[in-house]
Amino acid sequence: MFLHVERLTKRFGGLLAVNDVTFSVEQGKINAIIGPNGAGKSTFFNLISGLHRPTSGTITFKGRDITRLPANERAKLGIARTFQTTHLFEQSTVMDNVIIGHRLRTESNLFDAILRTKRHRREEQACKEKAMEVLDFVGLTGVADRLVANLSQEQKKRVAFALALATDPELVLLDEPAAGVNPDETEGLEELIVKMVEGGLTVCLIEHKMSMIMKIADRIMVLNYGEKIAEGTPEEVQNNEAVIQAYLGGSTVA
Amino acid sequence: MAVFEKRHLWLAVLAVLALALPLLVANGYYLHMMTMSFIWMIAVYGLNLFAGYTGYLSLAHAGFFAVGAYTLGILTVKVGLPFWGAFALSCAFTSLLGLAIGLVALRTKEHFFAIYTLCVGYIIYLVIDKWDSLTGGVRGFIGIPAPSDIGPLSFQTPVAQYYLVLFFLFAVIFVMYRLVYSLTGRTYIAIRNSEELALTLGISTMKNKLASFVLSVFFTSLAGALYASFIRFLGPDIAYVTVMFDFLTYLLVGGIGTLAGPVVGTLLITFLSQQLQFLQDYRMLIFGPVLTLLIIFYPHGIAGGFIRYQAKRAEARRLEREANQTAAELAASRQGRDGRYVKEG
Repeated sequence: MFLHVERLTKRFGGLLAVNDVTFSVEQGKINAIIGPNGAGKSTFFNLISGLHRPTSGTITFKGRDITRLPANERAKLGIARTFQTTHLFEQSTVMDNVIIGHRLRTESNLFDAILRTKRHRREEQACKEKAMEVLDFVGLTGVADRLVANLSQEQKKRVAFALALATDPELVLLDEPAAGVNPDETEGLEELIVKMVEGGLTVCLIEHKMSMIMKIADRIMVLNYGEKIAEGTPEEVQNNEAVIQAYLGGSTVA
Repeated sequence: MAVFEKRHLWLAVLAVLALALPLLVANGYYLHMMTMSFIWMIAVYGLNLFAGYTGYLSLAHAGFFAVGAYTLGILTVKVGLPFWGAFALSCAFTSLLGLAIGLVALRTKEHFFAIYTLCVGYIIYLVIDKWDSLTGGVRGFIGIPAPSDIGPLSFQTPVAQYYLVLFFLFAVIFVMYRLVYSLTGRTYIAIRNSEELALTLGISTMKNKLASFVLSVFFTSLAGALYASFIRFLGPDIAYVTVMFDFLTYLLVGGIGTLAGPVVGTLLITFLSQQLQFLQDYRMLIFGPVLTLLIIFYPHGIAGGFIRYQAKRAEARRLEREANQTAAELAASRQGRDGRYVKEG
């Protein structure tokens, strides 16, 4: 089992954001999570990436229980993520933003930095090479030394992808990668996600753009009011009565 | 590359100026003023490391400055330790205190952190003010020795003390420079930018914040110890919030999160407030509005504003170059086409 979530629940005061969800991410596939606004998708991601602690339930990654592990330790195990709002440092260059992505694989500390030890030089070089490599992968080599503030929304999304990839992950969680991106550019991002999976990564994404999900997802889980209401292939989900109801607010036969 | 070399040239010019100053200015008052502003600069660099690069506004730094100063006083006068031993110990003690306070304070974020550290700073002030038997309370602490000789080097004259303080300032700037352009510095900046993103990139934010905080306290306590050995009299006022907000003003005017900021801001403000001394406390009528305007229009201070202006110009030049290139290519292709037409015609 690659990533498995067992009976996960997250309660914020009186609000049940995620309620008793059991879910598995299949290795080497594109796993999608969809659901209406406020369904608990982002909370679910925060639970997996470790930014939130679940109220109950367990998360296992590659056979190891990571429920209590802090977010930075999970990143080291190979779980990377992007945010809906990219969280990038806008006043800095693309390259400077991405270099830090490989920091978790380095050991240099304060003293290495001040004394400029061999280890620091070697690791700094490694981080720069990694940044170049992932920028090349996402197709941004040409804008490496431009300020993030001057990039288009789609390019910023690619920088966020690059940053996640620089951590040498096995599982990448993408939170609405195509939000705020026009249809043509969305196709470009679709291709990039497919390319990531072809390169051996596992992707789990949240997205509202149905055409994109139906095209590239291998499996889909549908959340509504924090509960899993359906799971399956795109075709299965599309024809699921509960899903249609959740999205269209359709009426059941009385 | 040319930009970097030019910047290094400026640094060299400033360093030479600072080194030559005692030879150029015979006036002892200016020398005293410069030595003092170098001490403030070291303290402001401490604040800058944590507030500017790591993104946490600590308002306890005047307190740490005072702890560094008083510890040196107590260790030399009351305990009778040799000067340099006491000097090292007072920085070490203050850093340890910083570690203990950081462990608790860094559980809070943003303005909660600022308020918490403001309280810590005030408590330090109260302890110094009220613990009469140890600190001399409001009467102050007197009799702190000047730095003792190191081999042939003597620090009894104002000029020698000027160079001693300048040496430590250079050392602090050197460490800051190395740090900012390193993986560790990048880590701090990543935390400032977004702690959530840093966490999910596998960065232990707590460990890094703590290290940055302790080093920042170390710099400030170093400034405090230098202050004690230079002024040789201490009052509880140096821990008071006004000193804290002086530090903050220097940093904001110079440019928070920039390497040049503490030097620029401290020099400018100390110089201005000397020039406006005849206005006494009415100086604040000028400082207040100027500071407000600066925060509104130059939130990154003088150095920060300059860096941004340069970045903007570089970007504009690059865009222009690209536009010219495309225009040239277009013209070339059109010319080729026209040529063909002519031939065909």
